Amino acid sequence: MTRFSIASLVRNAMNWHQDWPRQWRSPQPKPSYDVIIIGGGGHGLATAYYLARQHGIRNVAVLEKGWIGGGNTGRNTTIVRSNYLWDESAAMYEHSLKLWEGLSQDLNYNVMFSQRGVMNLAHNLHDVRESIRRVNANRLNGVDAVWLDAAGVKEFCPIINISPDVRYPVLGATLQKRAGVARHDAVAWGYARGADALGVDIIQNCEVTGFDISDGVVTGVQTTRGRIGAKKVGVVAAGHSSVLANMAGFRLPLESHPLQALVSEPLKPIMPTVVMSNAVHVYVSQSDKGELVMGAGIDSHNSYSQRGSLSVIEEQLGACMELFPIFSRVRMLRSWGGIVDTCPDASPIISKTPVKNLFFNCGWGTGGFKATPGSGHVFAHTVATGEPHPINAPFALDRFISGALIAEHGAAAVAH
Amino acid sequence: MFVIHCPWCGDRPETEFHYGGEAHIARPEKPEELTDQQWADFLFMRTNPKGWHRERWSHSSGCRRWFNVMRNTHTNEIAGSYRIGEMPDLPDGSGPAKGAKA
Repeated sequence: MTRFSIASLVRNAMNWHQDWPRQWRSPQPKPSYDVIIIGGGGHGLATAYYLARQHGIRNVAVLEKGWIGGGNTGRNTTIVRSNYLWDESAAMYEHSLKLWEGLSQDLNYNVMFSQRGVMNLAHNLHDVRESIRRVNANRLNGVDAVWLDAAGVKEFCPIINISPDVRYPVLGATLQKRAGVARHDAVAWGYARGADALGVDIIQNCEVTGFDISDGVVTGVQTTRGRIGAKKVGVVAAGHSSVLANMAGFRLPLESHPLQALVSEPLKPIMPTVVMSNAVHVYVSQSDKGELVMGAGIDSHNSYSQRGSLSVIEEQLGACMELFPIFSRVRMLRSWGGIVDTCPDASPIISKTPVKNLFFNCGWGTGGFKATPGSGHVFAHTVATGEPHPINAPFALDRFISGALIAEHGAAAVAH
Repeated sequence: MFVIHCPWCGDRPETEFHYGGEAHIARPEKPEELTDQQWADFLFMRTNPKGWHRERWSHSSGCRRWFNVMRNTHTNEIAGSYRIGEMPDLPDGSGPAKGAKA
């Protein structure tokens, strides 16, 4: 692997940048591996990277049915934050945020992590009380958070409309200054490059069609490129997790929904932070290319079609107009959908399963991107040792039997 | 956006309806006898298929009645609608997802 540095940049500039090597190989699958990771999105690639780096397990394959980072990793609105209410979630997302803070250096790949702050707006008395409670809970968990009144919101984001005359006036907001955005594709590419350099085989265009299970133990997978043996298998398949669980003979508490996002034409820098609102349901940030990036809630029906209904976009643009009347004449360039696997308690599942040596990391729903490094880190631990890391132990599948749910609906600072 | 056939009102746009999730999940006959695992199956576990799916919809901006629809979750194709309590033989209601590409 060529390390990226000012020296390598200068050296390659001499050759008109003709000789940069490919950043990862495109190997043929081997007959078997110590670990197979199903799903070449950010979470799967991060899992493979930390398996190789932290646990010395390098005989690993990542199987991706399409191309890496082509699913939800490349379709989300790139918001990174850790201001979750409950202790279990705060531990998980703060672990991830700490990894984000060193990720570009760690991977030698610029993931363009920008800590420009995330504001969660409050629009009524209940919102205000809930938000201040969450700020206090965050601080007790070592997560930075401050409460801003409406004037403070206006000072931090001058283009926002705090007029008392609108239907849902802005009464204040929580602000996490260490939160922000990152370049989503770079996260997939950086982890792929890092994992490949440590010996991981990244195999694209390879769809898993079944599991080989004997006496309740997984021994390999059937794929569109033949059978591949494995001592352990980790599934990180987001919206298709239920489909894979069905192949392994059990059900998950998941429903797959379309989640849409859209971007505007590029504008000069105008949006200094990330603004999220529950009551007026939209979230807005501006990419480094200048596009306004917007998202909101899921389409209510189950779907695997990677597209949603226009009425959902209409609603979120209405919300955007209420908060940012200045955007009324901005043209939208494109919209798209991804398939998110939502969990009844809006928390993920990172867990052992009824099949031995088969592990699942799923249920991230609408908020998985922010967790990419932490999720990969603790899932690698789970796969390598066969037991959960203390951070993901509460996120086991059996919480739906015990009733120890981690109910982050609403509590997570955003509606789902 | 798709057009949904309400068994009482006919074809209407999706925005008139609310979604109610997977259909035909029967409430337990004797809840006091259920194990924790059976409760988890009833409350939380879902089939979530990629392909044909029997699901509940409510015509909330119309007649406000609940009914069932069989829809392909991959193509959004709708095979038919039927009233609560019925179980018509629609194409591929139980078998593997025909018409759904892998």
